[in-house]
Amino acid sequence: MFALRSSAPRVLGRVSAVRPATSTMLQRGMATVNDPPAEKEQSKMKTFSIYRWNPENPSEKPRMQSYTLDLNKTGPMMLDALIRIKNELDPTLTFRRSCREGICGSCAMNINGQNTLACLCRIPTESKDDVKLYPLPHTYVVKDLVPDLTHFYKQYKSIKPYLQRDTPSPDGKEYRQTKEDRKKLDGLYECILCACCSTSCPSYWWNSEEYLGPAILLQSYRWLADSRDERTAERKTNLENSMSLYRCHTILNCTRTCPKGLNPGKAIAEIKKQMALGA
Amino acid sequence: MLASRVGVAATRSAAKPFMAQNLPKLALAARVPATQYRPIATVKHTPAEGDQILAKQRLNRPVSPHLGIYKMNQTWFGSSAWTRITGCTLSGVAYLYFGSYLLAPLFGWHLESASLAAAFAGLPMLVNGGIKFLLGFPFAMHFFNGVKHLVLDTGRGYAKSTLVRVETAAWSFGILGGLFLAFGL
Repeated sequence: MFALRSSAPRVLGRVSAVRPATSTMLQRGMATVNDPPAEKEQSKMKTFSIYRWNPENPSEKPRMQSYTLDLNKTGPMMLDALIRIKNELDPTLTFRRSCREGICGSCAMNINGQNTLACLCRIPTESKDDVKLYPLPHTYVVKDLVPDLTHFYKQYKSIKPYLQRDTPSPDGKEYRQTKEDRKKLDGLYECILCACCSTSCPSYWWNSEEYLGPAILLQSYRWLADSRDERTAERKTNLENSMSLYRCHTILNCTRTCPKGLNPGKAIAEIKKQMALGA
Repeated sequence: MLASRVGVAATRSAAKPFMAQNLPKLALAARVPATQYRPIATVKHTPAEGDQILAKQRLNRPVSPHLGIYKMNQTWFGSSAWTRITGCTLSGVAYLYFGSYLLAPLFGWHLESASLAAAFAGLPMLVNGGIKFLLGFPFAMHFFNGVKHLVLDTGRGYAKSTLVRVETAAWSFGILGGLFLAFGL
């Protein structure tokens, strides 16, 4: 029976293309059986200490709860661990996740003191320390690791993040730009609005009501830098006050934390330069 | 899909001892579609009402931890914050000194450079240097960070690796420069 099991999935896998649909059930049942070599390896236990707060009991204070997993049986990323905890240890654990490949920005959270996407963050195996998981800093917590980003999205809406133009294109088809102009948008359009940078910024922590924060300012610059947009002056006027833009004190936690490797700090510097030089 | 599901259900129930209570279930399974639809219940709110609901929810929601959990070198030891702290220290001490210099004749104090220098010379070396370091470190740190911010304003030096290196440089320059001003001169 054992010999059959360990070899069966591979054999089945090879002929899977021609197999009729009804036998899928059979193969699934077999594939879940642990292969023996994994059990021989020394188990690598890792403790995850996770921020918990349940809106059903709002009077209870937030607390940290620890879960221990064997890393040999867990995927390499933090999100794999979270999903496994939810599936196997505690179904009440709540977090956002969707694409698991760093393109949706749902699983943004604070891992070991740095904001990042759980799906792009490897579980640190070199140290034996607990992994600490918190929701994005200084946000209202909806539940466990889920922050309330309503205000963040409202701020995004407030900068009118879309192409504004009055003159039609010369050929009546599309708004063309040169390759150089297009290149200016590289490093800006890739932003997925995960809010990692904004919630890493101490200035945004204290002034989030009025200060736009790195993510939204990066997007502001994305539209200021766009050669096709015709409302550059209006966009700049909206930033011309003490709060919206100038609460940035070049702390640059944003650039250090961005899980997509973008540079919100640089974008804000470019806006400031444009505003100062009137370019 | 649906056909295969029904097939699986049939084989499963065939394997179990067949009981009378399975009959109605089977009958149901045949009639009810695989996906069940629940009527969607929505409530219409104006944006103002939505804001009210949000404000009410926020009264209950805790604010997630920030300074306590974020990486120390980016919060407590961030050079931006320390530019401000050192700047306040320097200007505070300057105001204090010049203010008391202004009032000195009223109380008969002697705060002229010559008498201050003489008083400091009388102190033991460690105390002397220690007091000087308390002003030398803020000066060196503020000087370095001031130059750094001027460079940053030109839009240069924003690469992640540069940021980390400049941060280390700021602290080294601040401490070494402070020590030099305190003990080296």
